[in-house]
Amino acid sequence: MTNTVPPTEEILLAETGSDKAPRRVSALSYFLSKLGGAAVSMAMVILLGFFAFKILPGDPVAGIARERQLSPEQIAQLRSQMGLDKPLWQQFTDYLVNVFTLNFGESYVYRTPVAELIGDYFWNTILLTGTSAVIAITLGLWLGQKAGWRPGSLFDRITSGMALVLWSVPTFWLALILLMVFGGTLQWFPTGGMTSPDPPTDPLALVLDVAAHMVLPVVTMVAVVYAQYVMVMRASLMEEKSADYLVTARAKGLRDDLVRRRHAVPNALLPAVTLMFLHIGGLIAGAVTVETVFSWPGLGKLTFEAISGPDLPLLQGTFVVFSAVIIATNLIADLIYRRLDPRVRRG
Amino acid sequence: MSAHVASRSPRAMAWARRRTAFARFAREFSRSRSGMVGLVFLVVIVALAFLAPVLAPAWMLDVTKVMDSPRFAPPSWEHPLGTDHQGRELWVRMLWGAQVSLLVGFAATAMSMIIGTIVGIAAGHFTGIPGALLMRLIDFFLVLPSLILAIVLSTVLSRGVWTIVIAIGLTSWAGTARVVRAQTLSVESRDYVERSRVLGAGHWHIIVKHLLPAVLPLVLANTTLTVGSAIISESTLAFLGLGDTTLQSWGAVLRNSMDVSAATSGYWWYVLVPGIAIVLVVLAFTLVGRAVETIVNPTLRSR
Repeated sequence: MTNTVPPTEEILLAETGSDKAPRRVSALSYFLSKLGGAAVSMAMVILLGFFAFKILPGDPVAGIARERQLSPEQIAQLRSQMGLDKPLWQQFTDYLVNVFTLNFGESYVYRTPVAELIGDYFWNTILLTGTSAVIAITLGLWLGQKAGWRPGSLFDRITSGMALVLWSVPTFWLALILLMVFGGTLQWFPTGGMTSPDPPTDPLALVLDVAAHMVLPVVTMVAVVYAQYVMVMRASLMEEKSADYLVTARAKGLRDDLVRRRHAVPNALLPAVTLMFLHIGGLIAGAVTVETVFSWPGLGKLTFEAISGPDLPLLQGTFVVFSAVIIATNLIADLIYRRLDPRVRRG
Repeated sequence: MSAHVASRSPRAMAWARRRTAFARFAREFSRSRSGMVGLVFLVVIVALAFLAPVLAPAWMLDVTKVMDSPRFAPPSWEHPLGTDHQGRELWVRMLWGAQVSLLVGFAATAMSMIIGTIVGIAAGHFTGIPGALLMRLIDFFLVLPSLILAIVLSTVLSRGVWTIVIAIGLTSWAGTARVVRAQTLSVESRDYVERSRVLGAGHWHIIVKHLLPAVLPLVLANTTLTVGSAIISESTLAFLGLGDTTLQSWGAVLRNSMDVSAATSGYWWYVLVPGIAIVLVVLAFTLVGRAVETIVNPTLRSR
């Protein structure tokens, strides 16, 4: 959410400028280098996790001992139970084994293994963020190309103005407002959860029930991020506007509308879509507050509950899974980009 | 004319040049209508935040002193912005909250700018493995959503306003670093830097005398934009219950409003007032930042 709108133009230039190296990259080495990059990022997440959860919080046993009386033997026993009496490198290898076997320990709040909890909630978050991402990207591309084709027009000024205002809105506040207006006052949509208290058994009715519960959270997430996507697509189309092939297309006598749709937009799409995927982390992070406000049973709500505990094993689990999802999304975006854009294949 | 200039010391000449550059910058900035609107608004808000103790003495925030004031009073002549769940005037809480929100916004931004500038210049200046590693680090922090990392940091560290500042500062520098790196690379290839290097200038000299002055205008533009997003981050962390409970930021007010389910109980002013305050201030920072960016970054000027 702290990704700023205005510098995207900057990044766009850096992004498109970087593939000008006159070097032919084979498919395999491209794939391996991207995979390697993702692996390094994941390793950094895991390292960061160890630092944040095992070193920064200090001694958890000391915290417990402050709250209730413990004999020195009990303290020693607790420490050996938690593996704190081992040297740091051994704690680190234990931690690595646990992360790779998805063993994040037991949640303090739920009293169940963290991996199970995350497994239960994972797809709910993917459903919510995936739907939002598809809608936000479609809307962003469509509005962005319209605005970028005629910069300075009324449509462009309204779209860019909306983008600036929406970018200044905290996600959770927009969620609260929608909850208040459409859930509270108008009562058009359910205000929380993923299904009604007694979900319908008929599959079609169940789908409709879930869809009704999704409306407000999805609208919130789309509203907050689509503005960034509009600006990306707008900048990308404006880059293409001065290209020679558009002069050719016009010289052929094509209508303005066709020049835009058949020539400018397809070329502007590629860098824009890539950048949108790069920014998808912001959308996924928005799930934390949106799910909290609408009590959507997903990873974001788990994160919120982990904070209020604080339930460090649960927080560690959601942190690692959130990061892994974002890194995987970026990897997929990179691979699709190469399939779509022959310029990258040529290097 | 030339004799007059030559009689002055290089330092004085440099200052004269900076003064004219600043005057030109101020002239161009004053031509941007949206930038000026944002700036004037921010000056007023900062002044109000400073004057908070005068306009609304601290006792007005003390729950025990406002016992006879009605709870959840909607906005009226008596209670301009309404009252909260403990009978405190919302406008008083907004004024005091402005202090905390702005302070956190500026402090976190300062930290983020310092890290971003240092890492960005280093990534652009040092070639080979150190540069590549730093670039990797920047990309990593760019992709990883800062909010999630900030949540983790402020949960595991002890609660407090400086924890929030550190959590936001440590997680929001990557965008700046990227812009600074790009600018460093382009300055690095210019002749005057090359000349300086041939004459035997070390890393320190090149960084401080050539690279830093060249990237600072961009950092300045980024600063104004980052303050806005830092204020949003602060309010989000406060809303999630990670803020300093003894301090009243705008996010903390929103957190209180959720604790009493103001959104679903019809206390609309309790949700609207702090939110609109955040939106307006962030919007003002964005407008100023964009105006500055258009001036200092000539590639954007045509747009």
